[in-house]
Amino acid sequence: MLDLSYEPPKPKVIAGAKHDWELVIGMEVHAQVASQAKLFSGASTRFGAEPNSNVSFVDAAMPGMLPVINEFCIEQAVRTGLGLKAQINLVSAFDRKNYFYPDLPQGYQISQLYHPLVGEGEILVDMEPGIARLVRIERIHVEQDAGKSIHDMDPAMSFVDLNRTGVALMEIVSRPDIRGPEEAAAYVTKLRQILRYLCTCDGNMQNGNLRADVNVSVCRPGQYEKYQETQDFSHLGTRCEIKNMNSMRFIQAAIDYEARRQIALLEGGGSVVQETRLYDPDKGETRSMRSKEEAHDYRYFPCPDLLPLEIEQGWVDDIAASLPELPDEKKARFVTEFGLSEYDANVLTAETVNAAYFESVVREAGDGKLAANWVINELFGRLKKEDHGIDESPVTPAQLAGIIRLIKSDAISGKIAKDLFEIVYTEGGDPEVIVEERGMKQVTDTGAIETAVDEIIAANPAQVEKAKQNPKLAGWFVGQVMKATGGKANPKAVNQIVSAKLGL
Amino acid sequence: MSIDIETAARVAKLARIRVDEDDLPQLAHAFNDILGFIEQLNEVDVEGVEPMVSVTPMRLKRRADGVTDGNMADRILSNAPDAREGFFAVPKVVE
Repeated sequence: MLDLSYEPPKPKVIAGAKHDWELVIGMEVHAQVASQAKLFSGASTRFGAEPNSNVSFVDAAMPGMLPVINEFCIEQAVRTGLGLKAQINLVSAFDRKNYFYPDLPQGYQISQLYHPLVGEGEILVDMEPGIARLVRIERIHVEQDAGKSIHDMDPAMSFVDLNRTGVALMEIVSRPDIRGPEEAAAYVTKLRQILRYLCTCDGNMQNGNLRADVNVSVCRPGQYEKYQETQDFSHLGTRCEIKNMNSMRFIQAAIDYEARRQIALLEGGGSVVQETRLYDPDKGETRSMRSKEEAHDYRYFPCPDLLPLEIEQGWVDDIAASLPELPDEKKARFVTEFGLSEYDANVLTAETVNAAYFESVVREAGDGKLAANWVINELFGRLKKEDHGIDESPVTPAQLAGIIRLIKSDAISGKIAKDLFEIVYTEGGDPEVIVEERGMKQVTDTGAIETAVDEIIAANPAQVEKAKQNPKLAGWFVGQVMKATGGKANPKAVNQIVSAKLGL
Repeated sequence: MSIDIETAARVAKLARIRVDEDDLPQLAHAFNDILGFIEQLNEVDVEGVEPMVSVTPMRLKRRADGVTDGNMADRILSNAPDAREGFFAVPKVVE
């Protein structure tokens, strides 16, 4: 694989009243496995179903019901681990995390505390071309989601829907390697991109299929480097955990608020108490979840209903062999194979559908740079105007390739190409046929251009005099000729002929 | 390990089981008896012995990823003390 070289970004520095502070951030991302059925039952995972209809007796924790693991969910977690270049543990085990809450009928969540399925990996978080942070992944474990409580339907009651209860989650835990709110959002963006490439999670944050808990602490400059050298957490500040955020904007706002809150506390002579906090997007602040404090005593123990999960190396190898080309590789290949800028390669590899579209265009039209330009600036720009995704594009890769071929062969000018694109976008049709039928071909016939130039010179004697004293005014004549020919004249030819006729 | 009255009260609270103040000493005592009995296991030298998780050599049973269950909200809710509009209704949980 070809690697692009990069430098780490500078950590975010917040100036306090007394001195400067840096942020240290670790994340726990809960990604819902893209499976049909739940982790331990045969009930559906479909979003938006009638309340309590996707619930089996296992999910409702009826006495005597036993969990049976969904092998596909395990495969997806392994696949995710491999996509994050992580250690896969051939033996892992499930534990019970005990706490009491109305949307958790079992009274415990089946999770993997002591022996997670996936060990250490990494994610390269791109910030801008040439700047990226390598964030270490500590582990990924598989666990059950809880149900959903709705508090605003009745003044005295909370309503509970168990449809999400028991859905498989991958909890992806990072090391505290993230150094600012923007990096945190970029981390989630990159992780989401990898999950979508792997098809192990759909990454739909709005539906709660990807949610993040963020651990934030602050320290004086220099302390973080001491931590990295020794891996000793005592060099870092006390952290707070902000729970359950499902928007990039909220993640950034919550981290920024939380860091400033901690700095104000510390500079005022106080200290940060390790606790769980909730971000309130309406007020733009975090607040303590006091109710969680006592519940933190989870009394983990191995789940007696489930044997350890043993998987075979051969199975893992098969999954590894089926991995698609991942974002970093694809981006590097686009840069080296098609000569794209890293910026353009980033845009085109953000989603696999975009990359596939671009590659189809290049395959037919050649010229990666020109194709990238047209896909990003014209096509994406036009689609965005109508709030359409690329899967809704009325212009097929073959049509766009046709337009690009016409530009490359000098059959049409760049300006006409934009008109042609608009016609293909709104009316459809074969670009080549449209150009023929509507007479959009570029005029390279010097005779025709000369006639047009002669006419304009004859009609504008005053401009001719001015241009002879100030050659820059020749551009005015070029513009007039282009106008007279409906933009179809070859601009290079027009330039030459205008200069020659004016004797410049 | 010894369980005092305070720990017994906390364990009961975490499990949401109401135990009268007067019964706590007895509960703590019962916990200690149980733990004491189990602690006898520490007398056995298990150095180098693999933990045994099952008495028969079994592999964790797997299921295929197919929807085979659900669509019985009425039966799921039938034991609930209170249910409304398809939801379990519980006393307000304020966060």
